[in-house]
Amino acid sequence: MKPAKPEVLHGSLVLMVLRTLDTLGPQHGWGIARRIEQTSGDLLELNQGTLYPALLRLEQMGWVKSAWGVSENGRRARFYSITRAGKRQLANETKNWERTAGIIARFLKPAGEAP
Amino acid sequence: MTGLRVGFHRLLAVFRRERDLDVELAFHVEMETAANIRRGMSPDQARTAALVRFGGLEQVKAAWRETRTLAVVENIGQDLRFGVRMLRRSPGLSILAILCLTLGIGATTSVLSWIEGILLRPFPAVAHQERLVAIASIARGTSERDDVSWPDFQDLAHNCTQFESFIADRITGTTLSIGNRAERAMGSVVSANYFDALDVHPELGRGFEPAEDFGRNAHPVVVISHRMWKERYRGDPAIIGRTQMLNGVVHTIVGVAPEGFYGTFVGYQFQFWAPASMQEVFDPGGYKLEDRGAPWVEGFARLKPGVDIRQAQAEVSAVAARLESRYPATNRGRNFRLYPLSQTPFNNAGTLFPTLRIALIMVFCVLLIVCSNVGNLLLVRAMSRRGEMSLRLALGAGRGRLLQQLVAEGLILSSIATAGGFGVAYVCRDMMMLFYPARPGVTVNLPAEIDWRVLVFSAGVCALSTLVLSLVPARQTGNLDLAQTMNSSTRGVVGGRASWVRATLVAIQVSLGFVLLTSMGLTLRSVWQLRIVDPGFSTRDVLTTGIDLVSAGYGQPRARIFQDELLSRVQALAGVKAAAYSRATPFSYRGFFSARIAVDGYHLAPDEQPAAEYNQVGPGYLAAMAIPLLSGREFTLSDDESAAPVAVVNETLAKQYWGGRDPVGQRLKVKDRWMQVVGVARLSRYNTLAETPKPFFYVPLRQNPAIGVSLNIRTAVAPDVVAEALRGVMRSLSPSVGVSEVITMREQVDRMSWPNRAAVTLLGMFGGTALLLAAVGLYGVMSHLVSQSTREFGLRMAVGANPMDLLRYVLSRGLLLTGGGVVLGVVAALALTRLLRNLLYQVSPRDPWTFILSALVMVLVSLIACFVPAWRATRIDPVRALS
Repeated sequence: MKPAKPEVLHGSLVLMVLRTLDTLGPQHGWGIARRIEQTSGDLLELNQGTLYPALLRLEQMGWVKSAWGVSENGRRARFYSITRAGKRQLANETKNWERTAGIIARFLKPAGEAP
Repeated sequence: MTGLRVGFHRLLAVFRRERDLDVELAFHVEMETAANIRRGMSPDQARTAALVRFGGLEQVKAAWRETRTLAVVENIGQDLRFGVRMLRRSPGLSILAILCLTLGIGATTSVLSWIEGILLRPFPAVAHQERLVAIASIARGTSERDDVSWPDFQDLAHNCTQFESFIADRITGTTLSIGNRAERAMGSVVSANYFDALDVHPELGRGFEPAEDFGRNAHPVVVISHRMWKERYRGDPAIIGRTQMLNGVVHTIVGVAPEGFYGTFVGYQFQFWAPASMQEVFDPGGYKLEDRGAPWVEGFARLKPGVDIRQAQAEVSAVAARLESRYPATNRGRNFRLYPLSQTPFNNAGTLFPTLRIALIMVFCVLLIVCSNVGNLLLVRAMSRRGEMSLRLALGAGRGRLLQQLVAEGLILSSIATAGGFGVAYVCRDMMMLFYPARPGVTVNLPAEIDWRVLVFSAGVCALSTLVLSLVPARQTGNLDLAQTMNSSTRGVVGGRASWVRATLVAIQVSLGFVLLTSMGLTLRSVWQLRIVDPGFSTRDVLTTGIDLVSAGYGQPRARIFQDELLSRVQALAGVKAAAYSRATPFSYRGFFSARIAVDGYHLAPDEQPAAEYNQVGPGYLAAMAIPLLSGREFTLSDDESAAPVAVVNETLAKQYWGGRDPVGQRLKVKDRWMQVVGVARLSRYNTLAETPKPFFYVPLRQNPAIGVSLNIRTAVAPDVVAEALRGVMRSLSPSVGVSEVITMREQVDRMSWPNRAAVTLLGMFGGTALLLAAVGLYGVMSHLVSQSTREFGLRMAVGANPMDLLRYVLSRGLLLTGGGVVLGVVAALALTRLLRNLLYQVSPRDPWTFILSALVMVLVSLIACFVPAWRATRIDPVRALS
């Protein structure tokens, strides 16, 4: 039996969504979900539905904006894109995340190699 | 600004629709299903897998909904709760702020509701009042206003295309006997289209029919008011068809006007309406429906939708020009002018317009003072909250979030104050009526109207003041710097940015206060001028009363007999020095009739149509009124119908038409009759104290008889004694003749200047409020200055300054602020008091004495306001201040 896929860590979803929109440009919800799963090498178990309240929340914060558009298969779909405030937030979060990740990494190094 | 932006986006998010989410989610599941099929699943499998992957549509939707609403509610609720807590932390300051704001918003709302109810929409039962205009005739190139003649009015109605309707209206009155007492009732003579054109539908019976405009006295029908129906006829359901004697003619009641319709005369509630064909019965001066030279119609017109009053005026003027060329004898130089309803010249809208306009400007000044005052109070608190604000900034609160909170606090203050303001406006809704002179038989109706427009406007005022209130302190906290705050709380700083802002606010308050004080002073001076002006006749010992024989149904010979009998009995009363009849009295609402005149040998200018107002008076009238004769004689008993027609002219008329020669013995043509001038009377005031000298003449009552007359009595004893005796005489002569009130001429004169008194009272209230608020503001700033500078003052004292120096120092700073404010105020007042001109009599809007006096009062008040803080400065103990 293969090990259970890790769930998305609380808070990191925001970073992932913003990053996705920043690299790919405007995307609909499904596109964002696909991208996150692909990027994680299908290692993440994303509960896709949780994406939508999160997107609304991001919109309320003014980090993303949304508008109706036409999807690749010619259907009406809501497209999300990152705002300037969102880009700033992304830069901040990235820095924070890297710092946190660095700290955690140091803790996890074998004993004796600690600084 | 993060906080604001988030708030904004959250607000927008409330409008996201769930239907859109459904579309979005369905699209998602479909895409996933398609992807699964591509991976090789069967359609059913693919869809199930997609749904599993999605994780419960309903849960997702619920979470989405929660996110949508909670955020907003959470944020606003948090801000409001926090705001309430902050306000409760300094209750004294909050209460003071709320009181000030309530005063400001209440006063503004009151004035707005008066303007709405009296000027803009005075007839609540009438729809689309914004399209109603008043119409009067004017002599071209002058502002001399007259009524419109019926034939002219008909021609206007037939020839103008930009109007829906023309409505003729003429105020009248009658005496009704109710049980055994007689009571006056006001009503109007109207064109037959009146009710239809106003879209007012009688609650019983009908309005008038088109035919009822025509035929001399042919249609004795009347529509009565709801109130008259309820009170006089006790709501009789079978009222239609009953008859009522009005001015001696039996009228059939054909309708009852709906409740809430009081006619179209701003200021009065009317009790009855009669059709135009009955003009002669209600409007003295004979039958006028076929006389183009007899103006009597006070008209209204309703513009078609979308028509501008200027376009309409152009059309009316064009018709006037056509009438002028067709009927030069009567219409030469005559034009018609349209007025917005708010400036109707022939009712109290026109009377009150200048007063209410200036009141509106002044009340906005008060509101500005209030806002800057409360802003100042909040600034004080913001200063004392700098620690808190800096801490929160340091902890990472966005500036926008802080701003949002200050707005929430301002909103709490101004919402409470707006609610209070509506209370104030409601209490003050009838205040205009208090100014109005009470008269028997007249139901004064000058209601305020607190409708949605007033509500919307006041809400706007509230929003604006909120913004001002929150932004003033916000500007200060916006510049917070952690390090500086830490330092400044340990140092006493006199000066600095915050004090500068506060000083400016106080200077503005002082300047606005000065404007109000000056306006009040000017109107006060004007009222004083009016009180000392000599009207040209005796006011204190002359009594006047109306003897209404018209309503009692007296015909000509009987009226003469009654009048003679009454006069001889009155003359015999103890304490009566002289008594005489007149057709009209000076300063009465109705005014005098005007007639075209001609003078032998006087050369007319091309467009000139000489006319003058006149009065029909009995023998000895001039003596009874104490109007001096400059030359010749006044009328005697022998100037009756068998004698040659005679006239007495006033000195202005004599000078104008005889160029300084004595006109006694010369001829004057009035209408079509030549009369011999037998005397010249001194000029007096005829309609208002402020009027310019105008030509006027008298003709004998006996040669030009009238049934309804006034009796004027000069007394040697207290007026009420004679008034009582007169009532006794009237009762014994005929109980059916209504006794109007008996008043002194002084009272009659005073009544005409009521708009001035209203203006004085209002401006006095606003001026007093402004002065008080400015003083409070100054006091606040100076107290704060002293308390902030405790250490500095302590230091000064320690190095040898004595208390007097400190007193002088604080007072001089206060005076500097006041001085700056007064200079600003003088500039503003010079620009603004022009608007008072209509209300001022023999006082320049830039009267230097008033300006100087106002400045002195302002300085004195500010000295008093500064004295307490200054005194406190002298009591500072240097040891404690510096320890």
